[in-house]
Amino acid sequence: MYLNQFLMLAAVLFAMGVYGVLARKNGVLVLMSIELMLNAVNINLVAFGAFNNNVAGQTFALFVIAIAAAEVGVGLAIILLIFRNRASVDIDEIDAMRG
Amino acid sequence: MVVENIAFGLLAAAMVAAGFRLVTTKNVVRAALFLAIVLGGVAGIFTLLGAEFVAWVQVLVYIGAIVVLLLFGVMLTRAPIGKEGDLDNDQRWTAALVALFVLGSLAAVLADAWGTQEIKFQGVQRTAAVSDSIFGTYVVPFEVASVLLLAALVGAVALARRD
Repeated sequence: MYLNQFLMLAAVLFAMGVYGVLARKNGVLVLMSIELMLNAVNINLVAFGAFNNNVAGQTFALFVIAIAAAEVGVGLAIILLIFRNRASVDIDEIDAMRG
Repeated sequence: MVVENIAFGLLAAAMVAAGFRLVTTKNVVRAALFLAIVLGGVAGIFTLLGAEFVAWVQVLVYIGAIVVLLLFGVMLTRAPIGKEGDLDNDQRWTAALVALFVLGSLAAVLADAWGTQEIKFQGVQRTAAVSDSIFGTYVVPFEVASVLLLAALVGAVALARRD
């Protein structure tokens, strides 16, 4: 199998994640799109690990998974807090720090 | 090789379709389920690449924990959402343009850099080798990751509890 078929699949997933982060209003959906992007990166890491026959790619993918778990936990706590304070998870309405 | 390519094609088609629905669907719960499909597909891709351990960690951590966590998030923030067309903001076309640009530039660079180089599989990469790598070469990042997880846990509790 070609290395590029995995990299292209990851690029498609990453671009969809970019679209989701930019176009979605709901905070939970933005988090899901971020997960999509992290997974695309994981595919790249594991594919290059297989390409170079090096196990470090898998190790890095595991680190990314651990950090994604931490990110989702904190992100959901923040969204929950926003929801509690404003009764809405619309990210466009959160502009208190606008200059 | 043919079997692997067919499996890759099926997985990739399912993942791209589910990912597209994930970022376009009007229903948040369905988006979470589409995310589960994409994550399962990624686990399949890992298996194709001979990374068994990462594939199962993907299933356990992502599908088992993160999707459930996101569903809890949907549940706890349910109230004002759910109206049709309420999930996208008004910069959808700009976002699509940016995403297409990202995809185009990535694809061009990848095609230029890696062309038609093939992955020469040397069999499954053994879990023992992965653990040697984590607890040998990368033991310091591993410890940092555990401290980070603890900090994220404490931070999430401190943020989310009401007092």
